[in-house]
Amino acid sequence: MLNIDSLETGIVIDHIKAGASMRVYKLLGLDKLDCCVAAIKNAKSSKFGRKDIIKIEGITDIDLDVLGFIDHNITVDIIREGKIVEKKKLVPPKYLKNVVRCKNPRCITSVEQGLDQIFQLHEVNGTRQYRCIYCEQEYQSRQG
Amino acid sequence: MRHLIDPLDFTKEEVLDLLDLADDIANDRFRYGEVCRGKKLATLFYEPSTRTRLSFEAAMLNLGGSVLGFSTADSSSASKGESVADTIRVVSGYADICAMRHPKEGAPLVASRYARIPVINAGDGGHQHPTQTLTDLMTIRLRSGRLNDLTIGLCGDLKFGRTVHSLMKSLARFEGIRFIMISPEELRVPDYIRDEVLKGQGIPYTEVETMEEVMPQLDILYMTRVQRERFFNEEDYIRLKDTYVLDAQKLKTAKENMSILHPLPRVNEIAGEVDDDPRAAYFEQAQNGVYVRMALIMKLLGLTL
Ligand SMILES: [Zn+2]
Repeated sequence: MLNIDSLETGIVIDHIKAGASMRVYKLLGLDKLDCCVAAIKNAKSSKFGRKDIIKIEGITDIDLDVLGFIDHNITVDIIREGKIVEKKKLVPPKYLKNVVRCKNPRCITSVEQGLDQIFQLHEVNGTRQYRCIYCEQEYQSRQG
Repeated sequence: MRHLIDPLDFTKEEVLDLLDLADDIANDRFRYGEVCRGKKLATLFYEPSTRTRLSFEAAMLNLGGSVLGFSTADSSSASKGESVADTIRVVSGYADICAMRHPKEGAPLVASRYARIPVINAGDGGHQHPTQTLTDLMTIRLRSGRLNDLTIGLCGDLKFGRTVHSLMKSLARFEGIRFIMISPEELRVPDYIRDEVLKGQGIPYTEVETMEEVMPQLDILYMTRVQRERFFNEEDYIRLKDTYVLDAQKLKTAKENMSILHPLPRVNEIAGEVDDDPRAAYFEQAQNGVYVRMALIMKLLGLTL
């Protein structure tokens, strides 16, 4: 049984925007894991009012890069022996592979469905944006 | 293996080397008549563009090579639903290099990721057309003797005109470039070009609505088509179309050594009377397109004289 209050070893993904935990769950591929995962929706938060939390028990080495794309407010704690041993800093990933889809109807990915959807991070005058590597169109909605 | 997908795939130095080779070819192309003996160029044109295809084919034939390919999607395996990736894997076994034209943006990039031969982007939708950019650069350098310290006037459809965007990005690498953008309000350059290329790289620019007011300042006047379908309504088109037509009268105040470029085909943006003016460089530009493509094929195949 996963005790959602006290993890022995695992990962706590906190301050997820309320309602977004299932998206995080899918993007991290947590459905493919064998270990115990708990998603807590609409928890009370002093910072946000309401938030979602995900707790993963037993493993600490998941690729969490995509979280830096979804929402930079998300925090990640790595737990070992019941203690927080690391607070992960979220860095926006250089590439997003099959995370979001290009919406440009003129893009080759609109007709060739088998292609990987790849977006590359660009910094333009201090602002970050992701662009489709094929057509260079910027990914617009952060919710998409 | 190298490909040419984006006009900025080559460094500034590589572009200059390529233009040197193209200039040498232009001086005596017959010296290069055997360089590609036994080599094949595949022209994979998923949409018709006779001018560009002929330019590529002339380039390969001038080098002593041969050409094969298709010129519309319905004569190709694409009409049977074959992916670009599969087509290029097959063609890699038939040819030594390929030029791909495709209506969808990014198709040549897809091809380059699966190809065993160099891929040249011969135009992907409204996205990139790097060999046009090389042609423009070659023509500007031949006419002006340099690619730095130039005032470049860009006239017409600056919003959708991909040749203009690629040219701006490429010229932005040279010192002392200044752009004067001449267009109706509706067809001004997109914000991302203004932010990234112009403001981002500190390049001086002006935006005006008529060419007469800036004509005496220009070293280069790059004309583009103003297409009827770009306008919201017919009145705007009719009101504005003549403003962006170059004729002898408007040329009166231009510098004597200014050059007029146009990616062709033109419709009516340049009056016929301008063709005989020594400043008209657009037919020469089309000819240069063959030389620059010859140089490019040689470079990508790693061949020298
Ligand atoms: Zn795209």
